[in-house]
Amino acid sequence: MQKQRPKHLDLSKIRLPVPGIVSILHRISGVALFFSLPLLIYLLSGSLSSADAFDSYRAVVAHPLVKLILIGLLWGFLHHAAAGIRFLLLDIHKGLELQTARATAKMVLAVSLSLTAIIGGILW
Amino acid sequence: MVNRQVVGAHYGLKDWIVQRATAVIMLVYTAALILFLLAMPSGYEGWKLLFGQTWVKVLTQTTLIALFLHAWVGIRDLWMDYIKPVGVRLTMHTLTAVWLVSCFIYSLKVVWGL
Repeated sequence: MQKQRPKHLDLSKIRLPVPGIVSILHRISGVALFFSLPLLIYLLSGSLSSADAFDSYRAVVAHPLVKLILIGLLWGFLHHAAAGIRFLLLDIHKGLELQTARATAKMVLAVSLSLTAIIGGILW
Repeated sequence: MVNRQVVGAHYGLKDWIVQRATAVIMLVYTAALILFLLAMPSGYEGWKLLFGQTWVKVLTQTTLIALFLHAWVGIRDLWMDYIKPVGVRLTMHTLTAVWLVSCFIYSLKVVWGL
């Protein structure tokens, strides 16, 4: 006898809990960082170039569109790092209780967003 | 010992550990870099002086290698989760490896100023 259970694999019907949101954002930010690797290495190279090249590098980085992309990546890095620390703690069985896990998930979202706003605001 | 089935693949424990170990390496490097940034005089000169040191270059390159290994495990997991046709999946694995090795070569140039 098999019970007919509803299967909610329709993505638009699934309401992810906060830890689930943190998890999928961890994955999405990881993919974004993966595709940005050449850009990130280029940024390091520009920051270490000779004084003349440094000026043209600064002009590139000062472009508002580039700045927006960089702030997006800053959030990606901060979220990936904060969520990563949370996952490492979960791996060693810290914070497994439902209430704690929800609270730390909210903390990850809050910390990465506010740090992005603060650092992004300072660097703009 | 657990009765392990032969499935023609690794079980992934090594990769799981590599992903965690490299994550810790990157966190330590990031924390150290932030401390240096806060402590050193701001601006181009201090930054260039810092990255002129051989030991900073060595630790930066080591951390970047940790980053590439970390990305390899993460992106490989992604293809394993979402791409079912074997041919497509192996192609994505290969492209990922090419992308990461290229990034590694580029990072060698940038870190060591070749």
